[in-house]
Amino acid sequence: MSTTAVPDVAVAAVDEGFWTRPRKVGLVLLALGVLATVLFGALATGQQARFTLSETEGGAALEIQGTLGAILFGVVAAAAGGALLAGVPKRWFTLVLGVGLVGFVLSFLCWQVSAAPEGRNFMPMVNIVRGTFILALPLVFGALAGVLCERSGVVNVAIEGQLLMGAFSGALFGSLSGNVWVGLVAAAVGGAFISLLLAVFAIRYLVDQVVMGVVLNLLAVGVTGFLYERLMQTNADKYNSAPRFGNWEIPLLKDIPLLGPALFRGNIFLYLGLLLVLVIHLALFRTRWGLRTRSVGEHPTAADTLGVKVLGLRYRNVLLAGVVAGIGGASYTLALYSFTKNMIGGKGFIALAALIFGRWSPTGALLAALFFGFADQLATYLGAIGSSIPSQFLAMLPYLATILAVAGLVGRVRAPAADGKPYVKG
Amino acid sequence: MSDPNPVSGSPDKEPATEAELTATSKADRGATMTSPKQPAPGPRPTLGRLFLDNLWAANTVTVTVLALVLAMLVGAVLIIVSDPEVLATYGYITARPADALNASWTVVSEAYANLFKGAVFDPEASGFTAALSPISETLTYTAPLVFTGLSVALAFRGGLFNIGAQGQATMGVILAAVAGFALPLPPVVHLVVALIAGAVGGAVWGFVPGILKARTGAHEVINTIMLNYVAVYFLSWIIVQNGVQNPDRADAISRPVDSSAALPRLLGDNLRVHAGILLAVLATWAIAWLLNRSTLGFELRAVGANPDAARTAGISVTKTYVLVMVIAGMLAGLGGSQMVLGSTANALTPLVIAQIGFDGILVALLGRVKPWGVLLAALLFGALQAGGNRMQSYSGISLELVTVLQALIVIFIAAPALVKAIFQLRAARAARLQTSLAKGW
Repeated sequence: MSTTAVPDVAVAAVDEGFWTRPRKVGLVLLALGVLATVLFGALATGQQARFTLSETEGGAALEIQGTLGAILFGVVAAAAGGALLAGVPKRWFTLVLGVGLVGFVLSFLCWQVSAAPEGRNFMPMVNIVRGTFILALPLVFGALAGVLCERSGVVNVAIEGQLLMGAFSGALFGSLSGNVWVGLVAAAVGGAFISLLLAVFAIRYLVDQVVMGVVLNLLAVGVTGFLYERLMQTNADKYNSAPRFGNWEIPLLKDIPLLGPALFRGNIFLYLGLLLVLVIHLALFRTRWGLRTRSVGEHPTAADTLGVKVLGLRYRNVLLAGVVAGIGGASYTLALYSFTKNMIGGKGFIALAALIFGRWSPTGALLAALFFGFADQLATYLGAIGSSIPSQFLAMLPYLATILAVAGLVGRVRAPAADGKPYVKG
Repeated sequence: MSDPNPVSGSPDKEPATEAELTATSKADRGATMTSPKQPAPGPRPTLGRLFLDNLWAANTVTVTVLALVLAMLVGAVLIIVSDPEVLATYGYITARPADALNASWTVVSEAYANLFKGAVFDPEASGFTAALSPISETLTYTAPLVFTGLSVALAFRGGLFNIGAQGQATMGVILAAVAGFALPLPPVVHLVVALIAGAVGGAVWGFVPGILKARTGAHEVINTIMLNYVAVYFLSWIIVQNGVQNPDRADAISRPVDSSAALPRLLGDNLRVHAGILLAVLATWAIAWLLNRSTLGFELRAVGANPDAARTAGISVTKTYVLVMVIAGMLAGLGGSQMVLGSTANALTPLVIAQIGFDGILVALLGRVKPWGVLLAALLFGALQAGGNRMQSYSGISLELVTVLQALIVIFIAAPALVKAIFQLRAARAARLQTSLAKGW
């Protein structure tokens, strides 16, 4: 996005000299750390803050006195900020930043958990981790769909529509056939249908890709909402009672504390999502297809000169993105809930945010999705312990984080150079 | 897209009439001294002939009308496939095709007849109020869409894609409502203050992506999408705060706006049309003036067309981006304000502004990002909305069909080459979308 920067900016020049980006980040982190130490430390109570490894209050747990924890972790965050401010080697930047942010979050949690009413002042870590993964899953699929599209130079704002269409057709055909696998294939086809429209109009008719994405989202909301009211609401037994995938437990691995219940007792979509991250990562950076995809996304003319079929590759990748997002949509209707109107409810846009926050890479997208999922889960948890922090503000977190990222405050993000630009063979 | 059809390829780029060009060049060859500006000699076509020629050319009006027709055809298919009874007749279509066709025709024609009756005129209506009711409903739905449409269109002309009209309208409606029930003011002043509050709310929400774009190059599409959601959560938070939430209610609804801050109704209390539609016309005129007659408008269009050239010419791109987004935000904020100050609702609820921001994008595109075009497009969308309500209650066809129709219309007009190919239209200028975007992220 910095490609469209207006050169008469005042910030760009600051990067040189003392105030490098790590230093500015360090300053912010230091401020956050001090804030955590003083504010969270003062607000935390003397109660124990328990982080239990199980789902209940009992069992093994990490325990720390509330005030002490809030101050301690606040100091950790401040120290990390101070280190960045003083100047650390570049390769340590991410590590130190990570330590600082984790410290800030832990300080916050010590305050919140210790201030919770008696009997609820514990945090079941298993639930949090599992919830994080469940909530992050559609974002992972959506963001991967974005990666596939945008790495080859087609902006995908239609993720929301692809997820929704996938969820809908998965539910519809799963119900009609009574077979989950038919539903899964139908979901993939449904997502690919929206993708096909995006591809044809963006690549063949050169319609602005962002415009097309926005319109396709509305189309998907309209079509699924219409058919939902006409078919599913009137005859839910026939049209909206899709069979569901059960949970598959992986022996041995499922007994790992904390991660076991979250990662190895999930349904097919969890495994598929994580596998796809790995596969797409390897494919994108280790195979011929990946190299071609990236080159088409960065400089289509050069790729064309070397004999890569730019438009063909873009069609293929956009369709593939639809398949991935469609399956992501099915992770709702073929595993958790029955279809309801507009059930994706903006997850497609958070997925877009995760894609950008993760800097257009599959692993980055996964981490961003997990972060957003964590924020979401935390909001639920804090609501349950009667926190004074309004859940709405936590829900804003992913969006605000993305704005900061895009503005270059958290880390410079750069889109593929040809993202959004239609290619016309000269 | 600075030019959606670069190089050649698409016939939309071709000048008005190929025949005329050929004629001119032939004339040039025959009489070398003829200025190319002079019209080609030969028999002057009759007015009627010209009209017919233009009627079936891919001009703006024809493409829009045909896009509407295509969208309604797809809508008809959706109505048929989603009606189990009609679908059942297709089971034996080879045996008795008339059954299937009759059933389809009945359900579709009834739905669209109700759409028309709800939006324009109901021949069975008796009495003054009943006869005017459809128009009143249409205008009620039109007014806020004009504002959000203008917001998106203005930003487009400045080279920015404002997906954030939804968020700006949300902030607008929050401030307008709070001003509407919290301030004890006399009638006219109260309304003005509430409207200004709404405009300010939208302007702030437009300023943020504007300044970020200008100072850091952060893409406004991403930021406005994110701000939309921030605004939604802010709305859902503020509704349940003390002093805002209606003390008599347990659900998420705010106190009602005082009647002194309400927009006056134009045709009596039984018809919902209110002064918002007059404000909408006024705003359209103002934006048209701003774009075409003012210095700011010139700078805005210059930046939209080519920021580098504009900067070279001494125009501050930074300032223009910020101003465009602030004005766009103000417009969207005003549009949002009407949702509580007008007759649609008088209190904040989580869904108080419905989809007006997103619909505004469609309206702006359908109106070819021109102010008066936006007004007409908003009128069409308002009519669809009003008609959709009647279609839902009389024919049981879900209101969602209207969303489908609206999206389809815009898809078809966004790709005039497609409409042209389907209907074998002759080439003409205009018709294509002038969205000077596509600088990527």
